[in-house]
Amino acid sequence: MGNTPTNTPATTPTPPATPKINRIGLQVVDYRGGKTTLCAGCGHNAISERIIDAMYEMGVQPERVAKFSGIGCSSKSPAYFMNRSHSFNSVHGRMPSVATGAILANRNLIALGVTGDGDTVSIGAGQFVHLMRRNLPIIYIIEDNGCYGLTKGQFSATADLGSTLKSGVVNDLPPVDTCAMAIQLGATFVGRSFSGDKRQLHTMLKAAIAHNGTVMLDVVSPCVTFNDHEGSTKSYKYMQAHDEPLQEISFVPSFEEINVDYDHGTTLEVTMHDGSSLRLRKLEQEYDPTDKIQAVTRLMESHAKGEVLTGVFYINEKAPSFIDMLNVTDEPLATLPESVTRPSREVLAKCMEELQ
Amino acid sequence: MATTDIVPQELSGQVGQRRVINDMSIQVATVNGSGSQSSNTVLMRSIFQMGVPISGKNLFPSNIAGLPTWFTIRASKDGYIARKKEIDLLIAMNAETAQDDVKTLGAGASVLYDEPLALDKVRDDLIYYAVPYDKLAATVGAEAKLRKLIKNMIYVGAAAQLLEIDFAEVEKAIRKQFAKKAKAATLNLAAAKAGHDYAAANLKKRDPFYIQRMDKTKGKIIIDGNSAAAMGCMFAGCTVVTWYPITPSSSLVETMIEYMKEYRVGPDGKATFAIVQAEDELAAVGMVIGAAWAGARSMTATAGPGISLMAEFTGLAYYVEVPAVIWNIQRVGPSTGLPTRTAQGDVLSTAFLSHGDTKNIMLFPNSVSECFTMAQDAFDLAERFQTPVFVMSDLDLGMNNWMSDPFPYPDKPINRGKVLTKADLEKVGGFARYKDVDGDGVGYRTLPGTDHPAAAYFARGSGHNEKAQYSERPDDFERNMERINKKFETARSFVPRPELMGGNAKIGIIAYGTSHWAIVESRDQLSKEHKLETDYLRVRSYPFTREVHDFIERHERVYVVEQNRDGQMASLLKLDIKPGLTPRLRSICHIHGLPIDAHSVTDELVMMEGK
Repeated sequence: MGNTPTNTPATTPTPPATPKINRIGLQVVDYRGGKTTLCAGCGHNAISERIIDAMYEMGVQPERVAKFSGIGCSSKSPAYFMNRSHSFNSVHGRMPSVATGAILANRNLIALGVTGDGDTVSIGAGQFVHLMRRNLPIIYIIEDNGCYGLTKGQFSATADLGSTLKSGVVNDLPPVDTCAMAIQLGATFVGRSFSGDKRQLHTMLKAAIAHNGTVMLDVVSPCVTFNDHEGSTKSYKYMQAHDEPLQEISFVPSFEEINVDYDHGTTLEVTMHDGSSLRLRKLEQEYDPTDKIQAVTRLMESHAKGEVLTGVFYINEKAPSFIDMLNVTDEPLATLPESVTRPSREVLAKCMEELQ
Repeated sequence: MATTDIVPQELSGQVGQRRVINDMSIQVATVNGSGSQSSNTVLMRSIFQMGVPISGKNLFPSNIAGLPTWFTIRASKDGYIARKKEIDLLIAMNAETAQDDVKTLGAGASVLYDEPLALDKVRDDLIYYAVPYDKLAATVGAEAKLRKLIKNMIYVGAAAQLLEIDFAEVEKAIRKQFAKKAKAATLNLAAAKAGHDYAAANLKKRDPFYIQRMDKTKGKIIIDGNSAAAMGCMFAGCTVVTWYPITPSSSLVETMIEYMKEYRVGPDGKATFAIVQAEDELAAVGMVIGAAWAGARSMTATAGPGISLMAEFTGLAYYVEVPAVIWNIQRVGPSTGLPTRTAQGDVLSTAFLSHGDTKNIMLFPNSVSECFTMAQDAFDLAERFQTPVFVMSDLDLGMNNWMSDPFPYPDKPINRGKVLTKADLEKVGGFARYKDVDGDGVGYRTLPGTDHPAAAYFARGSGHNEKAQYSERPDDFERNMERINKKFETARSFVPRPELMGGNAKIGIIAYGTSHWAIVESRDQLSKEHKLETDYLRVRSYPFTREVHDFIERHERVYVVEQNRDGQMASLLKLDIKPGLTPRLRSICHIHGLPIDAHSVTDELVMMEGK
């Protein structure tokens, strides 16, 4: 009894647990934000958590990240993660332009836009379209709950045909598929996920960080207060029943050694801009996420079948980003010195002579 | 379409025998898209090269080709460059408007017209010169499709001969105009020569107008306000320009693209700027705000309809305290209004643009030279006060060519305002974004990307406290709004001061922007023709500086002259001055879309003075 040897002698004190750090020496806590004021159980909070984890695991310097949002419940969420990053909560639907300007000013920023379905698809539809066209380097996340939460639950333009409000009102207009739109318009990394699918969302976010260009992620994120009832197609229950993943996604960041082999017949490997590797194990053998036409067709089919297709629908790692196309200098325009931004006396003299 | 605010004349008058040197107004009536712009520029430059002060005003329709257009050149030995109502020489090239054009002339004016128009039958109190343009164009040897364009250069030659402009100057102006197109230069020169020779051989000079050499334009430049602004912005260190095309502001950015490509590309071939055409004005100003928040000197250019669209974002920039430079090249509103005509009609809406309590800094350039210098003022003020700054130009200034002294090289360094760097943060440890540390109302900001754990703050259009944290507390809100107002009060001592002319008169005139040129001339008219002495204060900015208040205090009556219906600047002044002084202000308003002229001001002021 008493003389049975044990592996952990009680007399040896446990050394204080060394906090886990990432590759740049930061802890998860360095990526946290303020306390959320969203409803308990709101899908948006889960997305914030996934962002924190992905940024931490990718070892992104928080000071390099700039967060952008518009107006709505979703747009409040940047206050609930990454306090060490600058953030700009702008006006309703017009976050894309603010983010575009900021990236023009400082191309070294890692831009993260968080928006909602009302913000993006209705009031912000115009700016959304043009953001996608430009392929600006930004991770654009739609926290999609099919309703206007902050104004108490009116339908948004992603609400499905026939879905109902709590009051019983039936939606009689067709939804906008933001992913199909984004693919058609020129975004170079387009996918859909579900706030309740921790693994898939987490992996997609890490791949998003490795991408150079516009990442458009539509994340179905149930509104527990106004759109989680029977008759809603954006509820937890509905998503659990209808979520149809297109692939099993895994991601190996560039700074980790690749030591897991995979079956080239069933898995597509995409080498990301930064050298990371995105692996998509196909659940549908014929699907090719580098084919725009197929991507849009498959999305249309999913609507006809009544499934909520998730996964990486389209990816193009070769397209130049907007910043590449502008051929701007490597240093941020924001902090160029006067010696660079003010031409010389000789230049003015030449201009004046030409006008005489 | 009326080209002037003169009532058609049916009176017959006498053709005088006087000789009028270097003081005339020439109007060329053509069709939009006919290439007349080059011809008019050549005619204007020829007079300018003769040493005579000129101004040129293009009156054009909102149309690409086919509608009537008029170009007025004023030559003035006294240097008056405001629009002059009365036309002395009409060059009638447009069959559609020729009859009306002739009817609006004053008796004794002369008409140089296309022979088949037979305009000499319209009135008998004018001097007529007929030129068979088609026949002459054929002799120049141009291909049929070029003849329409060539006709325009023929009138330049004919007019030059009638006015006794040295043909060598016409040639020089043509060579400058077509500097990069040798073939076009040769053809146009032949056309001008054909017109000149025809006039010499066939037209008997009967009008009294002549151009004689003088030396009042030596060393001067000719440029439009939008180009001057573009150049000013380039020298002001602007790095991000976003825009949405709208008349009359488009040429500002288009010219800037040319300048920046030429002079702001580094030795590595990479641009030290980004210029982006946005999807609309909302996006244009949104990008400006995003870029400025991230630290770039950013700007956009627009006109009234764009300003209306930018209202919400302007409020965001005002309240989040982000610098922004917005050029408002004013045109006639409300609504689409007259898109190709000039006005000063956005003064009030811009001053208070956005919902809630907002007051925006405005600058009022009166000249191409100020378009250049106020570009830096605007950027410096925007960054110094972390707020939107509007430069209130107008179509007359922006799109017309103006004579000017060469622009001086900027004499002050660029002021980037209160920005804390990593090194600053290492010293001070942290900061509160909206705290009034220096007592001027202006807080310190950091730029995203600053590599310090305490650098970040949360910029938001919702209520916030000194630390930029979300707050709905009444005291936080009130204190913040009062501090923002303090910035505006501080700005009074930093904005460009007004320009004072005169000194001891009882009557004062206040004007701003392009109205200036009519006031300068009108004051001389008032003095010479009516023995009425006036002092004049040209307001150059909002908020108003102390000098503006002093000026109103010192004068019994102050006429506020402006190009809008409601006396917008007068209203703005009334909100700012002591209530007891408001009865002193009287408005002289001018709204038909043509640049204001001196006689209209003189006549109205004399009438209001009861003389």
